[in-house]
Amino acid sequence: MNIKALWRDIRFLKILAQMIFIIVLALAAGYLYLNVTTNLARQGLTVGYGFIKNPASFGIGESFIPYQPSDTYGRALLVGLVNTLVVSALGIVLTTFVGVLAGVARLSSNWLINKFAAAYVGVIRNTPLLLQLMFWYFGVFIQLPGVRQAIRLPGPVYLTQRGVYLTWAEGTATFPAWRIYLIVAFISIFVIWFVLRSMQKRAAVPLSPWWNLAYLLIPALLIWLGAALQPEPPLRPLIPELTGLNFRGGLRLTPEFATLVFGLVIYTGAFIAEIVRGGIQAVAKGQVEAARSLGLTTGQALRLIVFPQALRIMIPPVTSQYLNLAKNSSLAIAIGYPDLFSVAGTTFNNTGAAIEIITIMMLSYLSISLFTSLLMNIYNSRIQLVER
Amino acid sequence: MAVVAVKPPVLSIGPLAWIRKNLFSTWYNVGLTLLAIWLLYALLKPAIQWGATEARWGVIEANLTLFMVGQYPRSQIGRVWLTVFVLAGLIGLSWGVWKNAARGFALIALSAGAAFTLIALLYRWDVWTQWLIAEAILLIFYFIGLYLPRGALMAGLAWFLYFPFIFLVIAGSKYIAALPPVPSNLWGGLLLTLLLTVVGNFGALPLGILLALGRRSRLPVIRYFSIGYIELVRGVPLITILYMSAILLPYFLPIDMRPEQVIRAMIGLLMFEAAYQAENVRGGLQAVDRGQYEAAHALGLNGSQTTILIILPQALRMVIPALFNSFISLFKDTSLVALIGLFEIVRIARSILAQTEWLGTHREVFLFAFMIYWVFNLALTYGNRRVEEALGVGKR
Repeated sequence: MNIKALWRDIRFLKILAQMIFIIVLALAAGYLYLNVTTNLARQGLTVGYGFIKNPASFGIGESFIPYQPSDTYGRALLVGLVNTLVVSALGIVLTTFVGVLAGVARLSSNWLINKFAAAYVGVIRNTPLLLQLMFWYFGVFIQLPGVRQAIRLPGPVYLTQRGVYLTWAEGTATFPAWRIYLIVAFISIFVIWFVLRSMQKRAAVPLSPWWNLAYLLIPALLIWLGAALQPEPPLRPLIPELTGLNFRGGLRLTPEFATLVFGLVIYTGAFIAEIVRGGIQAVAKGQVEAARSLGLTTGQALRLIVFPQALRIMIPPVTSQYLNLAKNSSLAIAIGYPDLFSVAGTTFNNTGAAIEIITIMMLSYLSISLFTSLLMNIYNSRIQLVER
Repeated sequence: MAVVAVKPPVLSIGPLAWIRKNLFSTWYNVGLTLLAIWLLYALLKPAIQWGATEARWGVIEANLTLFMVGQYPRSQIGRVWLTVFVLAGLIGLSWGVWKNAARGFALIALSAGAAFTLIALLYRWDVWTQWLIAEAILLIFYFIGLYLPRGALMAGLAWFLYFPFIFLVIAGSKYIAALPPVPSNLWGGLLLTLLLTVVGNFGALPLGILLALGRRSRLPVIRYFSIGYIELVRGVPLITILYMSAILLPYFLPIDMRPEQVIRAMIGLLMFEAAYQAENVRGGLQAVDRGQYEAAHALGLNGSQTTILIILPQALRMVIPALFNSFISLFKDTSLVALIGLFEIVRIARSILAQTEWLGTHREVFLFAFMIYWVFNLALTYGNRRVEEALGVGKR
């Protein structure tokens, strides 16, 4: 075969280009690897994950799983991961409400509400989250009044320097038996959906919207029935009360946790508000007009025509905002909440295992990101327009 | 034709009608308006009360220079002014050359300069002369720009040279007597924030373009490499990348190479921003019409010629607004370098709070820092919108 002909063969050139790319990449990687080994050897360090099994011997301010300083580094990192996950999950749920509310307010014909939302979105989106978190923490949450002068909100919820005290409930001895009813009530929602859908299929006219009340009433009835059948109430309210110098009972959120969730929710909510506004505005005006001329009311047109289409536009950017929220929770370190990043930082300071720690950290965040986007992609593909 | 009696319009103009239409049109709007008024009252009353009586705003005036340039040697501040003057000249020149596209930014710069002059005069700071000079330079270069032959080329070249120029002036060099070196750990405040933003944003662009092209490449190895890099960087928080470049980077370099902390932060920001820029550019590449490829192919251009001469110029023009947006978000994101020990605005704010005479002035200091970011971003957003309109993005 002629060599010159080979040089003109596009298939050969493609393979050659990729080979060269791989070789360059391998050389670069080799060079970096060489540097790493020299540097590590010079400092007398070795790479390995053995330290994970060593006792951490540092305390963690708050954790959702049991932890003591005598536990291992692995356990400490797990505590950090769980803290990150809790903040992210709670933040994602709350920020959706805030964002949708602000986005709809931004479209309100009420001038004051509209401008209020615009100011919120404008200020929050244009300033760094780190600064906002520090402001909320140092300027607001730890400057709240002391325990005795606590600010009381309905609930009761108490805002104090020491944290936020919420009214909460605690399961009693009969809680496990009652839990079965909760699960049944949850499943009943799907059953109702299925039944209503098949009823709708057989009916000639749209079902009365009152049928939707079934979603609320039947599960509520099941839950109530379950509770009433137990010898004692399955839940006991925990109401925070001022006894002596501190609050007893209730659920205490530390100032750090409260600040982080609040800051992340407010910040991400502003971005979601803009996405919601954009999504609703992007639905062609003719759609509303067509719906109105078909006899749908304004509310029906919004609910049945505009929102489903707007949702389709909103899901991908909202997904990336959820991911941002999860990633931004790493700023917890600035206000002292022990999230994954902060615990990993302490572990690094104690062990000096830079490469291992950063690898663990990146892989954890990457899996959180991938998992969230997987869930959102599944949801997205369910509501996506099926084109013919 | 039947005569329809049309009622006379009920007070359709005037403030009362406006209030009725915009605040009290329906029963729920009445409720919402009352709610908003109550909310405003509940939020603003304590805020104004605090701002007017309790707040110690003196902390801002006492530390203004620190906010702007950090620990930059006070004897060398003239160098910072020099970069401001040159920037004013460049903005003026661009205004003269590109007219509409740059007018938004020029007007912002002019009004900002005027505002700063007035504020300085009001507080009897002596920097008002510098601001006035900057204004004059801007206007002079506007007229130069109007009559400059080959203006677009010259202005583009000047902007291109401006970035190395800033570095030379700020960092100095041991070979230039007039510009003694200033170690990078003294750079700080708004100066450092802007430097990091500019480097992160414009420095990442070439890498971003390469990654975007790589992601659309037909060669699987290159494509998967690009996808892997972009998704990896976009999947982790910026702070982990900054940590990596601050702590891990020295391990990957030869023993005698230990870059300064600022350089490490810049490398981290570059790596981070490149992935996001790549996605911006990819958006532009995908928006180029298929016919452009086919036409280029029909004219006998090969793959790389098509990309460089036909596709990229159109794609980049489309992503200019997106690039400004990432400039704005990087401007905010640079605050994270505070966590690896650099004295940008947020860290400066923290250090001011440690001064014994200004203990407990968290709100004042943080609010001022907010204002810097907010004003800057507002100005950038406004300028960006003007550019977008002038380029007719999305219209043509």
